[in-house]
Amino acid sequence: MYPSRFQYEAPTTVEAAIDLLHRGGGEAKVLAGGQSLIPMMKLRFASPELLVDINHIPGLDYHRVDPDGSIHIGALCRHVDLEQSTTLADAQPVLAAVAPLVADPIVRTRGTLVGSLCHADPQGDWASAMVALDGQVVAQGPQGRRSIPVADFVAGPFQNVLAHDEVAVEAVVPAPAGTPAGGYLKLERRIGDFATAGVAVALDLVNGSVSRAGVGLTGVGSSTIAATDAAQALVGAALSPDAINRAADLAAEAAQPRSDHRGSASYKRQVVRTFVVRILTNVLESDERAA
Amino acid sequence: MTSLFSEISPEPAADVPVRRITVTVNGQRRSADVEPRLLLAHLLRQAFRLTGTHTGCDTTNCGACTVLYDGQPVKSCTMLAVQADGHEVTTVEGLAGASELHPVQEGFRDEHGLQCGFCTPGMMLAAKALLDRNPDPTEDEVRWALSGNLCRCTGYQNIVKSVLWAADKMRGPDTGGGGDRHDEEQP
Repeated sequence: MYPSRFQYEAPTTVEAAIDLLHRGGGEAKVLAGGQSLIPMMKLRFASPELLVDINHIPGLDYHRVDPDGSIHIGALCRHVDLEQSTTLADAQPVLAAVAPLVADPIVRTRGTLVGSLCHADPQGDWASAMVALDGQVVAQGPQGRRSIPVADFVAGPFQNVLAHDEVAVEAVVPAPAGTPAGGYLKLERRIGDFATAGVAVALDLVNGSVSRAGVGLTGVGSSTIAATDAAQALVGAALSPDAINRAADLAAEAAQPRSDHRGSASYKRQVVRTFVVRILTNVLESDERAA
Repeated sequence: MTSLFSEISPEPAADVPVRRITVTVNGQRRSADVEPRLLLAHLLRQAFRLTGTHTGCDTTNCGACTVLYDGQPVKSCTMLAVQADGHEVTTVEGLAGASELHPVQEGFRDEHGLQCGFCTPGMMLAAKALLDRNPDPTEDEVRWALSGNLCRCTGYQNIVKSVLWAADKMRGPDTGGGGDRHDEEQP
């Protein structure tokens, strides 16, 4: 399978990439890891006239934890870098839980977190985790930079809110207000398959009490779902079996799954419920062990 | 110039510039004129005639087209050939030395790691990448590292044994390896 014909440019600065996208007038696409874009081009679901390959731009392959506790992930940071990072594992358990579950190990050597957010696949693992974490995308365009919450950045299935001449240069996870806890679980028929359902739960704990919570759902709707009621049900008290069950019920209600070859809608809803219970019970038990 | 898309188009389109790229393939610098849409797998197979790189599913699932790109395993059906310009690519043809097989290849031979052989090149390159990074993997780590490579014969058991065999061999007798470690671990 060959993609349609396209022009190819490999700029070496973000500014040059923006200029190329501007001149492309909406017919251009950014190529980072390409693990979703190239298959889509081969299947002719995407046929950009111009491909702007940002892999030659130096300085975008970083991930770091700033002194204030916020996490910054550059546009060319690969999944595998996040998977192998002890810094990340120490700083944010939710991101560390997602990294080894994205696609398969070989795809993870090329694919990027920022690219995954831009691709906005309802089955994308990173988007639901970033929604749970109140993450942001930093976009750079002709007028400079702006930060967009991931919940707003993902506008719909395979849709983001970037202007045609903006490049997503970084993803940011804000500093936790307490001890970060939580996790990510995903049901897939085999490694690399799209998720039957996935759940990300992110908590900030202060003295055992939940000061902030976020719940993101993968693959159970036409877009990434922020289960805000479920998250809200957890805030302001210590985790308890009752609170966990309430949050799990609300998350299952927030899911909008469709029956398909991976499972019926009610099955997927039950998977969401089970995953919320499992993640939160694990947090509760590790908290009790630590105490 | 003959188009590398000769099956579907005899000549490259005049308005799409062809690029001259130079890639170090299996240690040798090689050049080709490519259209941007040419995939790395097709550059290797059609331009360089390195047909050990197999194209199986063509949709980033099966891993039969796995090659090493600057030492890291990638699915070559999901990279553009132009992206390899100035980079190093290792295909299965580059695994063996002048006179001897790579330990991973020996392992596949000795432990019957191949059945129809279609997935074998990708399996071996993914295995080499694992052993370069982690010389003493557990069985679980081997299975994990190979999970992006599908075997249609479902012969995974012997593939895993082959990689563990190669790990033993590559560590050598001085490190407590030497080929019989897994027998010793039996109860």
